[in-house]
Amino acid sequence: MGITISNISKSYKKVKALQHISFDVKPGELFGLIGPDGAGKTTLFRILTTLLIANEGLATVAGFDVVADYKSIRKNVGYMPGKFSLYQDLTVKENLTFFATIFGTTIEENYDLIKEIYVQIEPFKNRRAGKLSGGMKQKLALCCALIHKPEVLFLDEPTTGVDPVSRKEFWEMLKRLQQKGITILVSTPYMDEAALCDRIALIQDGKILEIDTPQAIVKHYSKPIYNVRAHNMYQLINSLKEYQYNHSVYPFGEYVHYTDKRTSFNPEELKMYLESENLTNIEIKITVATIEDTFMELAKS
Amino acid sequence: MNNNKVIQVKSLTKMFGDFTAVDAITFDIEKGEIFGFLGANGAGKTTAMKMLIGISKPTSGEAKVAGFDVYKQTEDIKKNIGYMSQKFALYDDLTVKENITFFGGIYGLSRKKIKEKSEALIEELGLEKVANQLVGALPLGWKQKLSFSVSLIHDPKIVFLDEPTGGVDPITRRQFWEMIYKAAHQGTTVFVTTHYMDEAEYCDRVSIMVNGKIEALDTPKKLKEQFKAANMNDVFLKLARG
Amino acid sequence: MKRFIGFIKKEFYHIFRDKRSLFILFGMPIAQILLFGFAITNEINNVDIAILDHSKDATTKEIINKIAASKYFSIKQMITREAGIASVFQKGQVKAVLNFEKDFSKNLIKDHKATVQIITDATDPNTANTITNYVNAILQQYQKELNKDITIAYQIVPETRMVYNPELKSVYMFVPGVMTIILMLVSAMMTSISITREKELGTMEILLVSPLKPFQVIIGKVLPYIFLSIINALVIVMLSIFIFNMPVQGSLFLLGLESVLFIISALALGILISTISSTQQTAMMISLMGLMLPVILLSGFIFPISSMPLPLQIISNIIPAKWFIIILKGIMLKGVGLQYIWKETLILLGMTVFFIALSVKKYKIRLE
Repeated sequence: MGITISNISKSYKKVKALQHISFDVKPGELFGLIGPDGAGKTTLFRILTTLLIANEGLATVAGFDVVADYKSIRKNVGYMPGKFSLYQDLTVKENLTFFATIFGTTIEENYDLIKEIYVQIEPFKNRRAGKLSGGMKQKLALCCALIHKPEVLFLDEPTTGVDPVSRKEFWEMLKRLQQKGITILVSTPYMDEAALCDRIALIQDGKILEIDTPQAIVKHYSKPIYNVRAHNMYQLINSLKEYQYNHSVYPFGEYVHYTDKRTSFNPEELKMYLESENLTNIEIKITVATIEDTFMELAKS
Repeated sequence: MNNNKVIQVKSLTKMFGDFTAVDAITFDIEKGEIFGFLGANGAGKTTAMKMLIGISKPTSGEAKVAGFDVYKQTEDIKKNIGYMSQKFALYDDLTVKENITFFGGIYGLSRKKIKEKSEALIEELGLEKVANQLVGALPLGWKQKLSFSVSLIHDPKIVFLDEPTGGVDPITRRQFWEMIYKAAHQGTTVFVTTHYMDEAEYCDRVSIMVNGKIEALDTPKKLKEQFKAANMNDVFLKLARG
Repeated sequence: MKRFIGFIKKEFYHIFRDKRSLFILFGMPIAQILLFGFAITNEINNVDIAILDHSKDATTKEIINKIAASKYFSIKQMITREAGIASVFQKGQVKAVLNFEKDFSKNLIKDHKATVQIITDATDPNTANTITNYVNAILQQYQKELNKDITIAYQIVPETRMVYNPELKSVYMFVPGVMTIILMLVSAMMTSISITREKELGTMEILLVSPLKPFQVIIGKVLPYIFLSIINALVIVMLSIFIFNMPVQGSLFLLGLESVLFIISALALGILISTISSTQQTAMMISLMGLMLPVILLSGFIFPISSMPLPLQIISNIIPAKWFIIILKGIMLKGVGLQYIWKETLILLGMTVFFIALSVKKYKIRLE
């Protein structure tokens, strides 16, 4: 069951939001759709949740066709849109009760599923949703999306605008939900969250760049990457970009990630060059590729 | 007073009724420094920044921004700082050129100066082809780069960036940081508020606010050593979870 | 059914928690009725006038006394020369001057006809018009007394007759209009805003991706406002009866039924507006510009339709409010039953059915 997507395309007027997207999400999988804003993540989510109709291609969710069987899908999926989409003027309890009712169930019936998350917000159950902190809102939204025990859960950028502590807790919750057999498709612009998924699809400008496990994706990165730093970041970046053998130069926190065009690269040679450019405190050491390095390499070509 | 210190903050406090939003924070920022101002939502970042840019009056404490007092000289402060937020950047229904002209105008730049600046800026960002297009039609990354350049149009001493790179693609994001490095290299102080910890890694120094107080302040490298953490995200988690 | 009740419960939470809207919802009808009733009135009281009496005989004296005795006018000044007329107007001392011709009494007896000129300050045409009417009424009254025991009538002024609102109580004229505006506003604007708010918040996405059927969402949105609008209509009728002593001549039951019909047509319009606007602001603008203005300007509420240019008269026919105002005036002021307003009712019914059909057809089960 899970999700199947084959050759989906969608355009808005001039913009090609999605171009020939195909991939499958296996039942019980935690699948990440990783890409920046405007990559087409939300459009794909809306097609899968039956809110939009694709221009071409086929997709099924939990075995139902997204166009013909849209009513069945609406009964069987949980959806948490990118924006906080609950009623701010209703309390925590009222929101949850409302969503339970419109799905024809009650909080008690599926309490097992949301229990772990709900106990964290229960102390505030009589507080209006608009007055909750970002992390709390997100937990409430997840509870509301889960209240009818969906087979497939769609989470569109659930961690955007949420602080690191809440983000970490959120991913821990997703892992536990996955163990209960729920298929989860989650999108995020944060590359560091990719490692927490079973498999990921990298998406940019409406095209899939690559699909695999996070571990396999970084392994595919063929070139050795070097962490370079010096006393002046700005000069270092300029000098590296001027270096004739550079393949890529990207600032990466306190370092610059550098790759060389040549197969036999000697860091000492680069160090000498940088010294000749009047840089001091030079440090060059090999490092491992991250999802972000892979993403940039794929996006470049 | 040390002329190199463009921001000096001493025991700055802001209370809303009984609630202490910013609790006696103290720090200095030097000229040309990239300073990361971190904290979770509701930790007091925004309130603190509002006091520094002169739109909110502190309850107590002292602060000087670009040499001007935050109590009395807020107008001078506003002339000497640039500001860019992710929420409001540029007018979508004006063209690239119109936006530049407008923002140049509100900072009192002469017509000639605006023209010079706008040509230089458009060339530097490679926006020649879209200079007369509406900003709303540009990709997000371009908008953000343009918005940053516009915030620098009056050569401010300090530029305040509010979560500048959330959601942009990794390559554009790096181009953005290269622009920040360049501005800092040319002597502009950059003050970045963010709750994205990977942005913190790019800063010269970072402070982390928890419940209105600054709980840590150092270079990312030293903070990682101090908290025995692999990255700033872990530093933050350790701090916030106590 | 449980789903549906849950939905309606939620709607009432929204309504009762939004104190500002609630205040507008119930404060507005009261404020409007009072405003139209007291402030923007066509009635006059103690208007200052001047008199230029060329004859100074018994008849003119009697007429002047009658005018002075009425609560509508107070005689501020007696002028002696024609030239004085311009100057009192210029100084703004009076709103009107009565100019009795020479030998008024004599003329009346000899020719059975005498002339008095009523000169009014028409910078405020409404008041000027009203003053003229009032003076006419007083003259007419006097004439009637005069003619009581005489076979050949003495004639002072042309006869004017006011029907249905003999006291010229303007509040009676305004009640149907205000009621129409308020029902339109509450029903159309509030529903369109409440639907677009869900779009703006993103909750509409979740509602769509739920087993709720479109018609359940629509009816769930609309029912609370039908309820509120009926309360509003009641408040307005009560206010007019108890504060302005307005006699409601016709059947209250019929009035209620017609109101519900109009409310439903307005709600359908509200839904229609929400399908074409994506933000609350647009919905409000469209409601105000697209519904309120035509209701105020073209429904016959303020400007009589018969005095409009022909194209506007034709356009006024497609405005449901026009028909509702005719119905309201019929029931409230003339006291007629359905047999006299069935045509208007039928037109309104047709429009309502059309709007409902259109809004159901336009309502999207997806996002675009």
